[in-house]
Amino acid sequence: MTDIRYLAPRTLDEAVGAFAAAAGAARILAGGTDLLVQMRAGVLRPGLIVDIKKIPEMTSIEETADGGFRIGAAVSGAALADHPKFGQVWPGVLEAVNLIGSTQVQGRASPGGNLCNGSPAGDSVPAMIAAGAIVTVQGPNGRRRMPVEAVPAGPGRTTLAPGEILVSFELPPRPAGSGDAYLRMIPRTEMDIAVVGCGVSLTLQDGVCTAARVGLGAVAPTVLLVEDAAKALIGSKLDDAALEAAAAACRAVCRPINDKRGTIVYRTKVAGVLLKRAAGIAAERAGRA
Amino acid sequence: MNVISNKWIGQRTIRPDGADKVTGRAAYSADTTMPGLIWGKVLRSPHAHARIRSIDTSKAEALPGVKAVVTAKDIVDFPLDKPVMLGIQDMRWMCRNVMAREKALFHGHPVAAVAATSERIAQEACRLIEVDYEVLPHVIEIEDALKPDAPILHDFIKFDGKPSNIAGKLEHKLGDVDAGFAEADVIVERSFTTRPVHQGYIEPHSCLVSVSGDGKATIWSSSQGQFMVRAMTSLLTGIPQSDIRAFPAEIGGGFGGKTIIYLEPLAVVLSKKSGRPVKMTMTREEVFRASGPTSGSMSTVKIGATKDGRIVAAKGVFYLQAGALPGSPIRGAAGCAFAPYNIPNVHSLGFDVVSNRSKVAAYRAPGAPIGAYAAECVMDELAEALKMDPLELRLRNAAKEGTKAAHGPVFPRIGYEETIRAAMEHPHYSAPLGPNQGRGVASGFWFNAGGESSAQVNITEDGNVVVTTGHPDIGGSRASIANITAELLGIDYRKVSVLIGDTATIGYSNLTGGSRVLFASAMVVTQSTEKVIKTLCERAAKIWKIDPEAVEWEDGEARPAGDNAGKFPALSLAELAARATETGGPIGAGVQANTTGAEGGFATHICDVEVDRELGIVRVLRYTSFQDVGRAVHPSYVEGQMQGGAAQGIGWALSEEYLYDKQGRVDNASFLDYRMPVCSDLPMLDTVMIEVPNPKHPQGVRGVGEVPLVPPLAAVANAVYAALGHRFDSLPMSPPKVLAALEPAEA
Repeated sequence: MTDIRYLAPRTLDEAVGAFAAAAGAARILAGGTDLLVQMRAGVLRPGLIVDIKKIPEMTSIEETADGGFRIGAAVSGAALADHPKFGQVWPGVLEAVNLIGSTQVQGRASPGGNLCNGSPAGDSVPAMIAAGAIVTVQGPNGRRRMPVEAVPAGPGRTTLAPGEILVSFELPPRPAGSGDAYLRMIPRTEMDIAVVGCGVSLTLQDGVCTAARVGLGAVAPTVLLVEDAAKALIGSKLDDAALEAAAAACRAVCRPINDKRGTIVYRTKVAGVLLKRAAGIAAERAGRA
Repeated sequence: MNVISNKWIGQRTIRPDGADKVTGRAAYSADTTMPGLIWGKVLRSPHAHARIRSIDTSKAEALPGVKAVVTAKDIVDFPLDKPVMLGIQDMRWMCRNVMAREKALFHGHPVAAVAATSERIAQEACRLIEVDYEVLPHVIEIEDALKPDAPILHDFIKFDGKPSNIAGKLEHKLGDVDAGFAEADVIVERSFTTRPVHQGYIEPHSCLVSVSGDGKATIWSSSQGQFMVRAMTSLLTGIPQSDIRAFPAEIGGGFGGKTIIYLEPLAVVLSKKSGRPVKMTMTREEVFRASGPTSGSMSTVKIGATKDGRIVAAKGVFYLQAGALPGSPIRGAAGCAFAPYNIPNVHSLGFDVVSNRSKVAAYRAPGAPIGAYAAECVMDELAEALKMDPLELRLRNAAKEGTKAAHGPVFPRIGYEETIRAAMEHPHYSAPLGPNQGRGVASGFWFNAGGESSAQVNITEDGNVVVTTGHPDIGGSRASIANITAELLGIDYRKVSVLIGDTATIGYSNLTGGSRVLFASAMVVTQSTEKVIKTLCERAAKIWKIDPEAVEWEDGEARPAGDNAGKFPALSLAELAARATETGGPIGAGVQANTTGAEGGFATHICDVEVDRELGIVRVLRYTSFQDVGRAVHPSYVEGQMQGGAAQGIGWALSEEYLYDKQGRVDNASFLDYRMPVCSDLPMLDTVMIEVPNPKHPQGVRGVGEVPLVPPLAAVANAVYAALGHRFDSLPMSPPKVLAALEPAEA
């Protein structure tokens, strides 16, 4: 029975130093809505907990000069919902983040934690992938940036190197005529984990889809960027044929498992259904007549 | 509808436990603490089925901080060949359920328990206990347990002379069922399965136990019966009942699941050995793995009717899972399935099947929802075959006063017909439906119960009233008793405090279950209050120096009964209380009785659903329950009971189930993956209370708590059929199952 040390550094350098020095025995605490549950279940017994919520960069939301957003990794769902502008620009990302847990959980849970937890079913991840978010990570060897879809490595695993901490998400500026949406299938209406989750972001010009990205969750070991689905949408007027082609592309990339939350057959079918529905909502938000 | 005019009975008075509950002050079992307490933890079997060769606790006992260890040898054994019954529980099975003896019979079965100075040390000590298991093949599902080559759980259980997993059989017969079917023009027969579902109470099992140096035990625990806790603990530890004092903590839900005990005898032994108070609280995971859900089932129901919709015969065969030890609620399934109908020829048969699951416990109308699901779905199909409205078919065959039920009784005045008529006339039944929507109906019956109850009604020195009863309040009995006492005494209900006594301060009262509590306790409270009123009149008579017969009690005061009695100013309760000492001493009365006359409860439900054909999701859009509630002493509580039962039934029908892995372990032992409906899953659950007073009760009370869970499974299933044209004969109707049924070729 070893004791757990808890640190709440004020700077990122300090956090990285302590985290790296603990060499794998440490865990990062943002909202703790995954970490504390896993500790309680006996799945994790960290020797050191590094709480990153005291680091200003981790909990701030900034509008960038070009009209994009920079969101600290430990920003809570509730804080994101309270931002006067974020939800207008990225309603799909916001609804995905806000679907995690209950109202109480929303006060703590963060998109950074959701991503680093490595669950294929994390709700914010497909929406962030669809949004084309870029993450910044900092480790003992400095900072680096990568697309959000490069972070998950498998259930419970990420590509972050030892000692690296996720710092922030950057969401690009939105051209006129853009919209995004996230839908998930759960047997209940809330307080549940996605059986399938689908995020779609797209841009329309004169009714024609000029840009699109699709993120698909809970159908493979990691959340997927479905490029073939985006290709099927781009250049189309989001007619039934295009939507069916995109849905087929989603079904084609599914490599799900049979488990207590859903079957292979069911998840694969639902992936296509959610793509069509999410694309429809995104198109309406993009101002489709 | 409410033809009886009363001042307090039927009023939505403020509940006495409300303020404490919404402010967090209510003391539940786990809130209890004592100086010097230590923590108990249970070591549970990692195997679904294993012989226990030996248990070595020496390393655990040597761990610093460990104060006591308990294994089966510390619990009183009840030999297998001699049944010892406590109510409906057989102590042979209870002693093996609280602690595995010869074999571990399910994953999570307690094998040992430890008390230590912290929870962490207790947990660590559990890991140090070495158990030598001989792992045996296990069996989980009924169909597998019935196979000829199935692993046999108990060698001593024989069926048809051979070792078997069928541990019991129950049969109800009325008339000649074969002759009945021969008369039928239309016969519908169908087989069904349901999954085990958990009661889902919010509060996990918990207790604090202190055994003093002279061997007297005090227990604070969350249960549906402090006297049940005392009796079972006494039997399992050998401590006489007079040396055990059991306090009923405020209870965070039970639904039948807290009518047996798990932790108390272990904590008593740990406290006795250590000399310290011991606290034990289950985790949610332990609740799911090791406390009782209700049975899963396999059943076949066959009903025959003449062309004009007269039911002539019904047959039902119900196999219910008992879990690892015998005792599934086959009586509820086989007895309640056909009880709403006047059927001349009935054969209803139940089988109790053991398998390597946690032992089932009572769950709100135990067994009845399983029987009603099968029978009411077949009724729906029969109505369709007869081209008859499903409520009309029910009305034509409805049980009424004088109907002989297959399970025995001849019904007195009951209100089943009224529930059907109210449903037919309700706007819900004729409201338009949209695409992919469907409407279903179903009825249900529950026996209800009376039994032992004790009450004490005392007048305080300042003229207020304290009523003590002996049943834990899980459905509003305190508020209802306050209404009744205030009514009888003619005083404001706020002058009446109602408390639940512990086992030393009130007489024996049977547990809270069977929808019996208000029926039984209102009877003894009424008789006690009548005695108090008689005393109050005698005291006034003494003061006035007139004959007690010449005093009457009205509007909370003693008055001379007419001019002949003399002219005296009325004496209020407060005045009589103030003069109690000079007129003969404290005023109060208690009554203890075995109450009888509880009569059955009936309900009819209407359910509207909408199905998302692409995702297989079924949503309930509208739900209305119609129930004969006898007399709604506190209507808000009655409505709450009706809504709660409907909500649980909707969960049972659509989303709740135990999932097991190949090793025989529960795979979804959490509220995340055991999918009870959350608030946003349900529409407002509408209720229509129909009051047909029970003629055998002073206030007309019928039990109302359990009937609400009987009809919903079939009401939802029939609504899904109406929406999709596909009849689901297997619950839950979860999205993957619904989608597979809609697209069978692709699935």
